[in-house]
Amino acid sequence: MADHDVPQSKSRDLDKLLLRHGNLVDPGFFPGPQLRNDIREFVKILVVGAGGLGCELLKDLALSGFRNLDVIDMDRIEVTNLNRQFLFRLEDVGKPKAEVAAKRVMERVSGVEIVPHFSRIEDKEVDFYNDFNIIALGLDSMEARKYINGIACGFLEYNEDDAPVRDTIKPMVDGGTEGFKGHARVIMPGVTPCFECTIWLFPPQVKFPLCTLAETPRNAAHCIEYAHLIKWDEVHKGRSFDPDVPEHMKWVYDEAIRRAELFGIPGVTYSLTQGVVKNIIPAIASTNAIISAACALETLKIVSACSKTLTNYLTYNGGEGLYTKVTDFPRLDDCLVCGPGILIELDTSITLSKFIEMLEDHPKLLLSKASVTYGESNLYMQAPPVLEEMLRENLSKPLYDLMGRVQKDTIHVTGTSLKDKEKQSIQTKLRVVFKGADVVTDMDTAIGA
Amino acid sequence: MKRLEQEPTMAEEPKKTKYDRQLRIWGELGQTALETASICLLDCGPTGSEALKNLVLGGIGSITIVDGSKVQIGDLGNNFMVDAKSVGQSKAKCVCGFLQELNDAVKANFIEENPDTLILKDPSFFSQFTLVVATQLVEDSMVKLDRICREANVMLVFARSYGLTGFVRISVKEHTAIESKPDHSLDDLRLNNPWPELKRFVETIDLNVVEPAAHKHIPYIVILVKVAEEWAQTHNSNLPSTREEKNEFKALVKSKMLSPDEDNYREATEAAFKVFAPRGFSQDTQDIINDSCAEVGPNSSDFWVMVAALKEFISNEGGGEVPLEGSIPDMTSSTEHYINLQNIYYSKAEADFLSMEQRVKNILLRVGQDPSSISKPTIKSFCKNARKLKVCRYRMIEDEFRTPSVALHKCLADEEYRSAIGFYILLRAVDRFAATYQKFPGQFDDGLMDHDVAQLKTIALSLLSEMGCDGYMLQDELYNEMCRFGAAELHVVAAFIGGITSQEMIKLITKQFVPMSGTYIFNGIDHKSQSLTL
Repeated sequence: MADHDVPQSKSRDLDKLLLRHGNLVDPGFFPGPQLRNDIREFVKILVVGAGGLGCELLKDLALSGFRNLDVIDMDRIEVTNLNRQFLFRLEDVGKPKAEVAAKRVMERVSGVEIVPHFSRIEDKEVDFYNDFNIIALGLDSMEARKYINGIACGFLEYNEDDAPVRDTIKPMVDGGTEGFKGHARVIMPGVTPCFECTIWLFPPQVKFPLCTLAETPRNAAHCIEYAHLIKWDEVHKGRSFDPDVPEHMKWVYDEAIRRAELFGIPGVTYSLTQGVVKNIIPAIASTNAIISAACALETLKIVSACSKTLTNYLTYNGGEGLYTKVTDFPRLDDCLVCGPGILIELDTSITLSKFIEMLEDHPKLLLSKASVTYGESNLYMQAPPVLEEMLRENLSKPLYDLMGRVQKDTIHVTGTSLKDKEKQSIQTKLRVVFKGADVVTDMDTAIGA
Repeated sequence: MKRLEQEPTMAEEPKKTKYDRQLRIWGELGQTALETASICLLDCGPTGSEALKNLVLGGIGSITIVDGSKVQIGDLGNNFMVDAKSVGQSKAKCVCGFLQELNDAVKANFIEENPDTLILKDPSFFSQFTLVVATQLVEDSMVKLDRICREANVMLVFARSYGLTGFVRISVKEHTAIESKPDHSLDDLRLNNPWPELKRFVETIDLNVVEPAAHKHIPYIVILVKVAEEWAQTHNSNLPSTREEKNEFKALVKSKMLSPDEDNYREATEAAFKVFAPRGFSQDTQDIINDSCAEVGPNSSDFWVMVAALKEFISNEGGGEVPLEGSIPDMTSSTEHYINLQNIYYSKAEADFLSMEQRVKNILLRVGQDPSSISKPTIKSFCKNARKLKVCRYRMIEDEFRTPSVALHKCLADEEYRSAIGFYILLRAVDRFAATYQKFPGQFDDGLMDHDVAQLKTIALSLLSEMGCDGYMLQDELYNEMCRFGAAELHVVAAFIGGITSQEMIKLITKQFVPMSGTYIFNGIDHKSQSLTL
């Protein structure tokens, strides 16, 4: 090949995409060194999860021109991670994933800054998430996805025409894998369906009927779940089962064997016991690599507009031949999470204090200890004490007045919601509509749909 | 802690635990196949490095990296297996070192040599490997390597990353898979053709038992066999065939339900279609037993010997059916009935297996091979998977290039395939461009972009003409995009393509699941990638 005397650049290959004009690009593509440099200097990406997908995502993003990355993961490294979570070695077992992952990528790729967060995603302030241009998800649970989805969509604002306000759109790129299967999707709140809009995509977990477990077990899994869900509590009153304690797992295995022998059922093994109890999902490096790469590519495209974006869901199956499909799923206009917000109709005389009370009983919210913000202003904050004291006087004022006497607008409430017996900090937006001052309001209709 | 007899606990066998998550997919046999495989990688840019990374993590036996280039600063921007200290050094050496770090158990070697040169000078080099993965090769080298590997019976996989496009292509004369493990496969219950032992068992159960608990714990297999018999008696020994008959049959099943909470009857109604499913086996299996390779000889592989046995079995004791798979799905039932049913299915599967085993031995003797050369477990697995066997054959690259199949015309005309086929043509066109101009179109910022686009178009059109597709036009934007890409090897695209490549390699080596057919064309613009079998 011809030898050209060009000074060598690390971004030799990326430059072709970022510095050159293209035909099949998104609107708003301004190729040039400025774009490349802006991405390096100013763009911040959050990677949620530092496991099979997270490790790949960090590498992919670091090698796609991003210099400012954060990664959050509450887990520690385990031996079973090592077949695919390539940033970890045997001697790292027990250490926090986020910290080791960040360290390894920074060691290998110079110039990239990765801030690790060894914590639960719920323990971060909502504002933390707003710091990032894009949130890339490498999660393995519906709950975690729902949570981040709620946060990101919580930033979304709608204007008077019920159109999403561009600056408040917090894009997410979400990947998931299981064996040879996987998916990658782009979520632009208010534009493409959010996680909640397409919740029907995720099939419910297999749960065995109680009578099968208790009376007519037929296979090994039934015996295992009997030991795990029924017998354990009978014998260990009060002590909860912990799948990570080897003695607990061993106990379940022994009980399952006993039960299987009683009924003449073959097939109970230690491996199966672990699989059923922990709901182990088989995982390999290749699928994680494929899905993460797709997610990272979309992240680059969204940020730079250097090509068209995935619209909006990629399904992947590599077990039977090779199957990929792109589906353009529609949004749900009335989605509780990414829609304009739960409609709450109020009388103009309702005080802020009364309003906060109502939130506790509202069937879709069940929100206690709510803090209320309207646009830039805090109307009432439960904490810190200094702020609470300052804003306390607002409690007795009508919400209508506090909102500047607009007929309708969006407000945000943050508080503790009781979901699945677990308290969770959530932020939701509400569309408040005030009924005319001269109309006698029926208290029954004050709470929206 | 009490020591378990058969199963190791988490404290023991760290190797097994490390691979736990993948053992649940391909089992010990698959893992062993991987650990005894030797792989040769050509070119260790990001595409090859990423492909190999996934295999090393999985415990592949050995890797040999062939690459003659030195690490450049630009490589630091797209390859995770090099770092700042590697600049100026052998890329093969650096990548090899970093890959080795990922897994001590893998034997990692490298050879500092240009792959194109090696292909020309030392074709016999490749015979030692289980599989060669050739990345970023141009057309000419691909054709040569393909001939070499075909001749030496070495599996070959091509992969290429080029801007936002790329491809993966397997080239193997024949690949057979017994454990194809499809996602969805119908269970083998023979409700439409119950054998004597099953019928006898069903006779011992009275559907009209009075006690409610007993009534609702009769498994649906029993219910359907009985109702099918009842139907056959009043319908000239026939099974339901028309739409009305099928509905009548379902209604008949439902009529035996005493109360709405009888899950077994609900399951029976839902499973009723299994009674009127046609007997026998799929077209795929039919094609396999009719394949010319089933006429076995002294050099026939184990697979085809077993197919020959299968063919005999079907025509004789099988009565038109393959060996019984032997397992039954879970269903509402008393434990006793269920276990009894399981034993009945298991016994027949065992009996079928024993017949097959005998036939296999006889065939081996007949063709002059050692009658014990195919193990019991292998034959057993073959019997269990008889309805799911897969045979994959791949055309040689030069055949595909010289005599494109009818599929090419179809793809060019089909909206769904337009971009994919466009990239397929352009990926070949850029290699021709490079052969003429000593650079890829748009590779350098030399002010020749317009010239390159025009020349690329000319080459692409002449290529189409050679392939008998005059008159077809590729979208203009594709030419521009292709030149814009300028042969860039982007990490994310390389990681995607490398991921797919490693996955296909795993399927080929373990002989489990089903490898892709044809060429996979990656379209990173809108992700509407396609597999093209041309």
